[in-house]
Parts: sequence; structure tokens; C-alpha cells
Amino acid sequence: MTIPAQAIRHKYLRHNKKFPHVWCPGCGNGIVMAALLRAIYRMELSKDEIVLASGIGCSSRMPTYTDFNTLHTTHGRALTFATGLKLAKPSLNVVTIMGDGDATAIGGNHFIHAARRNLNLTAIIVNNSIYGMTGGQYSPTTPFGSKSTTSLYGHIEHDFSIAELAVTAGASFVARATVYHAALMDKLIEQAMRKRGFAVVEVISNCHVQYGRRNKLGGAVEMLKTYRDNAVTVKKAEKLSAEELAGKITIGVLTDREMPISTEEYKKVRQRANEAEGEL
Amino acid sequence: MRPMKAIRQRYEIRFSGSGGQGLITAAVIFAEAAGVYDGKFVCQTQSYGPEARGGRSKAEVVLSDSPIDYPKALNLDLLLAMNQVACDAYFFDLNASGLLIVDSTLVEQYPTSRIIPIPFTGIARDELGREMVANMIALGAVGHLCHRVTLENLEKALLNRVPKGTEKLNQEAFRRGVEEAEKCNLQDLPRSILTETDEV
Amino acid sequence: MISDLENKRLLLQGNEAVAYGALAAGCRFFAGYPITPATEISELLAAELPKVGGTFAQMEDEIASMGAIIGASLAGVKSMTATSGPGFSLMQENLGYACVAEVPCVIVNVMRGGPSTGLPTCPSQGDVQMARWGTHGDHPIIVLATSSVEDSFSITVKAFNLSEQFRVPVIILSDEVVAHTRECVQLPELKRIRIVDRIRPSVPPDWYKPYEGDNRGVPHMAAFGDGYRHHVTGLIHDEHGFPTQKENEVLHFQNRLTQKITRGFPEIMMTRNFMLEDAEVAVIAYGSVARSAYKAVEDARKQGTKAGLLQLITLFPFCRSQVTPVLEQCRAVLVPEMNMGQISREVQRVNQGKSIVVKHNRIDGNFITPQELYTQLVKL
Repeated sequence: MTIPAQAIRHKYLRHNKKFPHVWCPGCGNGIVMAALLRAIYRMELSKDEIVLASGIGCSSRMPTYTDFNTLHTTHGRALTFATGLKLAKPSLNVVTIMGDGDATAIGGNHFIHAARRNLNLTAIIVNNSIYGMTGGQYSPTTPFGSKSTTSLYGHIEHDFSIAELAVTAGASFVARATVYHAALMDKLIEQAMRKRGFAVVEVISNCHVQYGRRNKLGGAVEMLKTYRDNAVTVKKAEKLSAEELAGKITIGVLTDREMPISTEEYKKVRQRANEAEGEL
Repeated sequence: MRPMKAIRQRYEIRFSGSGGQGLITAAVIFAEAAGVYDGKFVCQTQSYGPEARGGRSKAEVVLSDSPIDYPKALNLDLLLAMNQVACDAYFFDLNASGLLIVDSTLVEQYPTSRIIPIPFTGIARDELGREMVANMIALGAVGHLCHRVTLENLEKALLNRVPKGTEKLNQEAFRRGVEEAEKCNLQDLPRSILTETDEV
Repeated sequence: MISDLENKRLLLQGNEAVAYGALAAGCRFFAGYPITPATEISELLAAELPKVGGTFAQMEDEIASMGAIIGASLAGVKSMTATSGPGFSLMQENLGYACVAEVPCVIVNVMRGGPSTGLPTCPSQGDVQMARWGTHGDHPIIVLATSSVEDSFSITVKAFNLSEQFRVPVIILSDEVVAHTRECVQLPELKRIRIVDRIRPSVPPDWYKPYEGDNRGVPHMAAFGDGYRHHVTGLIHDEHGFPTQKENEVLHFQNRLTQKITRGFPEIMMTRNFMLEDAEVAVIAYGSVARSAYKAVEDARKQGTKAGLLQLITLFPFCRSQVTPVLEQCRAVLVPEMNMGQISREVQRVNQGKSIVVKHNRIDGNFITPQELYTQLVKL
């Protein structure tokens, strides 16, 4: 399927409203947004049925620019709002977009519980290893030893692996891509949105301004090249030892499993409640 | 038909003992009978939380023919004490012409001569084979002796509230309590040396 | 099911009456986290909501509970959460979001002794000022206080109505005494209860400005998924809902947010008078303490003191127009509270030398008794 880029821009962006956007030149957030829009275009979803909800941070500005039902919530809480929306109106197709700090630091508890609860939601997490909007402080995914404005002398904590965390917490579908692998990313997002259950796509993205610069990783282009060079597919990764995998980024589908989803289960709860009422 | 007394002012009952004796259940049943079925104004409160589990436990019912402002007991008209600790702790909340009913299986020291001792736990254990229904025996006795609730409605409320399958046992316990209470003659109880109006 | 309980005389706890009030008001979504002494509200709604096509969710914490009810309300469903002090503290962030994004919702706080974990099973009124100012920034909010089981039902209905009418979160302050006292109530016929719903847009989607106030200053609210795609944010926004920092737009927004409540004062401010006509001294009380005050006033009257009571149902916005005449009429006013003086400072703010305001405070976990108020009252 060829993707008419201009038609997508015209159809899905609030171009007459709030552009220019807040993202720095070369930022990976635009690539993620484009991939999301391509996935939605391919799925032929109506704009009215989509809710794009976000937390706080650079990537969380994305909903502002897109012509859906959009919800810019508080820091870390996008999934809690999304949970209420989905439970109250299961017909909505709810996608959340969060950053690494947003989803796994301040919102970490909501994230693992959303995975456990298994609503039919999609969570896209843009992982750029740093708090960009506030000026480059270390986040839960900042690698050990890295420099940030709050780890000037080298970071002494260890980083979360978001996708693996989601797998362990019980998500139905978990995948990872990088902003270099744009074509793969939009396929993964589509798969995630089609998945019946809690689906997570972690996207490794570049913040060359706040993270790359301080850690001598180069500009946007250099960082994307690093992603290209270090990415290994899930299939390939299975054959590699732990030592060989060090520093690599595993991309592709990590988990895809069928589990009861809570909106469907709740329908049964309603039925059982009414049956119990009948017995009285 | 037992004569029912009008409740011009408040009439206050406290069910007390230790957590697990089913005193809150008894109070709720009493409140439901008097409030829902007899149509009186009722307020039912209880001590809540850790205190209620194992330690001292109390549940209260305030009855009135007019709306009740302050929901808790101020000056008890009837105190049921199902153990010594509760009897000691709450006896002095009872007004001088009030009724003290104790579980004589568990209360050994009586704080007053104006007392109605009934071995609720003993009857439950020895006659009914289940110590846990002592509260329902007590409820029957309280219901009979207070003269402020119709016993038919009290029994009806009880059958509505107890777990399914235990109705018969609880009903039996309740009736046993009424029977015990019928043996007591309130007129024979010692009285306060001052008349009611003299008591401040 | 609630429809089976119409016109029936029931023995209910305050917490249960709140839950039935919510059902009667049309609440169809509840999210909460277990906490003493509010848990019965969750338990009853977990059992009852599924029977009426509603949804109950137990969330991972109170932050999530508050987020979930905002989400559900944005989907067009009337929503509520219930908690106590520690949980209410956690809700403050998203409560502010509901204020700024003008999302109708009801938050019940069954107050217990604080601060921190405090006295979980003891009554308190320590969260009164937090209910007003807990979330950061100036914001409009409505706070109601319940004093009995019957009140708990009707005030909950009223809370939903005000919330829908003004698109503002409404906080119900209950306390451990009200929450766990059982009293008999007769639930009214459901169709006889006045229910208010948010006004939905009647313009075509292209014309819809999600944050343009109507003649009352309240924007019409479309649900997500109804064809009126719009943006909702916690950032200060323009009439289209998009973030703005333009001075005139920010000011316009802030003014509208405040004025929609100011204009609604007559409808929002609710009080009850008891023997105030010829009163020379008065009690101003709210919540369970008002019950002790009724008795104290009655007893004081018997003794010959011309006492009266003003019971506040609405705590915020503060009932200045009802409190002022009492201050002007009475030589002294007693304000009893189970805190160190959170409403008395509001009374003093309104007083400005009109009367003598006497505080009576208790924070030892015990309920204020009629006797202690009587003693104070006859001395005034």
C-alpha cells in the first residue's frame, strides 16, 4: 500500500491550529507521529472514534497537533485517564503516548497496573533516555554512567528496559522499534492497535539536544545511525549470548499473547450481577 | 401483646463485649426492627477499627419518636455487657434507673445490685451447641426487657440479616433469650433511692 | 438494585446512602482505592453499578482513581470517587486538572483524624481547607458537607447536579460519624428526583468551541466519540481548547472560570436555620458536629438562653450571605469544629467586628458532644 504523505498530513493534522510545533529540529517525535498516522490511515479508522491521550513531556505534545479526540493529561497519568475513558466507553479506540520518564518514573505504577489490568488500549512510549522538556535530567532509562544535568559526574543508577518491564507486567502485546526503523515502527503500531488487549510499543528515540550532546553521541543523524547499527531483530537476538547483546537494541515483537480483556470480562460481571439480583 | 412504652425522649441502648461476639450485628438487627419495621427514629453507631477486633467492642442504638440529633448514646437506658471488661468500662454510662443485663457466664463481678444476669454464652454453648449465637440470645433478652421494640419485628429483622442456612439456629437462640428474659420481673429489681426526678 | 428500593424504608449507613445517592443521580462510573472509613462506598457500588450498566474500577491508587473518573466523565458518563484524607491528598493534582479542564465529577472525602495516617477510625473535620485549597493555583470548587444518612443521599444527588450544571468538581465532605451511623431513610421515587445533566453542544462540530462559555460562563460539553473532536488539556487554553500564554486569553479564561461559580452563588450556597429568628447567640456548624449543636441549642433554649443554629451545607464557596445576618444579629457566635478552626477563620473573615466569634475545637479523635457545646453556649 503506498502511503500518500500529503493526504495524511491534510487529513490528520490540525495544520490551521497550533503549528509550528514545540519539537527541536531533528527530533524523533515527528517520526513517531508520522508512523502513528500512517498506521491509523491504513486501518481506515474514523477520526471520531480515536482518542489520543498523553501525559507531560515533549512527546506528550503530540495530541495537540492531531485531529482526533485529544487529551493532554497530567504528568504520568495518561493511562489512568485512558482507563476511565475506555471503561466508560469501550467503543473508543484509545491510544496513549508517553515519554520514558512519564511512563516509567512518575507513571510507573500506572503503567504496570495498566498492563496487568489488560484493557484494550495501546501505549506508545517514546524512550529518549532523558527528561527533555525540563532540560536534560536523568530518567529511568538513562544508561549507567551517562551524563545529564543531574548526573554531571556520571549516572550511578541502572536503567529500566521498558519493553521487558511491560512483558513481565502482563501486557498482551509488546514490541520495540527505533526512530530509524520508521517503516517497521508503523507496522508495529498498527499491530498494537489491532491487538485486543493492552499493547505496548516502545520506540527508542533521539534527544540529541539534551542527551546526545552531553554524551558525545553526535547529532540526530549520528544517533539514528547508531540505532541502525545496534538494532538486532528479536529472531536474531534469540541466538545471541547476553554478552553479545550488550549495547544492542532488540527490535520487533517481543510478546503477542491472548488474554481476557477487562472490558469484555466486565460485561460478564454485569451479567453475573444481574443473575445474582434475580436470585434474591 | 406486651405493653409498648412510648419513647418521648431518647432511649439509648449499648451492646458491649469483645470483638467477635456479634454485638454490632445484634445492634444493627435491633435498629432495623425498631426503625424500618416499627417506624421509629433510630441511630445506630459502633466503635470501629482495631478496637472492635478482639478488644472492647460496643454498638449503640438510640431510639426516639422524633428525629434524633446527636447520634451517639449520652446516658444509657440499657446496657448489655457480654464480658467483664465491657461491664467495668461502661457501667457508669448507665443512668440510675437504667437496666444492666450481663452475660453471667463471663461477667463475675457485678458492679450493682440492680442487674439482670443471664448466662448467654453458657446457654449457647450447652443447649444450642454453638457459642457464637450468644449474641442472638442476648438480643432476645434485650428485646423483651426494653419494651421498646415489637418482638415479632425483631425476629423478622433477625431472619433477614443472618446468613442463609443459619436462620433456624438463630431463631431458636433468639426465642431462648426471650424465654430467659420472661423469667425476670423488672418490678423486683432494686431501685435508685432517689426518684427519677431527683436524679440529676 | 436501586430501583427496587424506591419508597422503601431502609436502615443505611451514611456511606451506603452516598452510594445510593450517586446511583440515583445517574452516576455510572466509580473508581476508587480502599481506605478506611470510606470503603463501604466502593463496596456497595462494586455490587450495584454493574446491575445498572455502570462500571466500577478499583485502581492502583487514588491518583489513578481521580484520573479514571475524569476520563470516564470526558466519555460522557457521570463519575465519582470516594476516599479519606491520605487518598484525598493524592488526588489533589488531578483534581486541579478537573477544575481547569472543567470536567464534572464528584469526590467524596470521608474525613478521618490527620495529619498523615493519623487516626484512621476516628472522626475529624481536618480536611476542610484542603478541600478548598488543596490543589495548586487559584481555582473554583464547590464543597458540601453532610451531617446525616438522609443528607448523605440528597447531598450526593445535589453534588452531581451542581457538578454537571457548572462543569466543576464537587467535593462532599463526610466524616467517620456520618459515614458509619445507621439511620432509617426512605428513598424517594427515582423519577421524582430532579436530575441535572451537562449541556451538550447543539451547533455542528465545525462550529464547536469546546471552551467558549455560554451566557452563564459554562462551556457546553461534548463527549469524546460523539463527533465533536476537540482538545482537552491541563494547560491554560483558549476557547478552542488549545494551550495559550497570550495575556488576554489567559485572563479571559481565568475570569470565566471564577465567574461561572460567582454567578451561581444563590444556587450553590445552602444552609439550614434552627431557632435563629430571635437568637441572641448562635452556633455555626456543619457535618456531624451540627447534630451536637442542634441538641445543645435545644438544651440552651430550655435553660433560657436565646440560642440558634446556622448549619452550613455548602462550605465553599463560603456562605457569606447567610452568615453575615447571623453575625449582625447575634452578640456572639460559636463555631465548633473537629479541627483547629478551619471554618471559624472564614467566619472571622466575614465578621469584621460585627460579633464575637468563639472557636470550639477538638482534634483528639472524639466527637464533639452536645454537653460541651451547651456549656460554651450558655456562657456566651
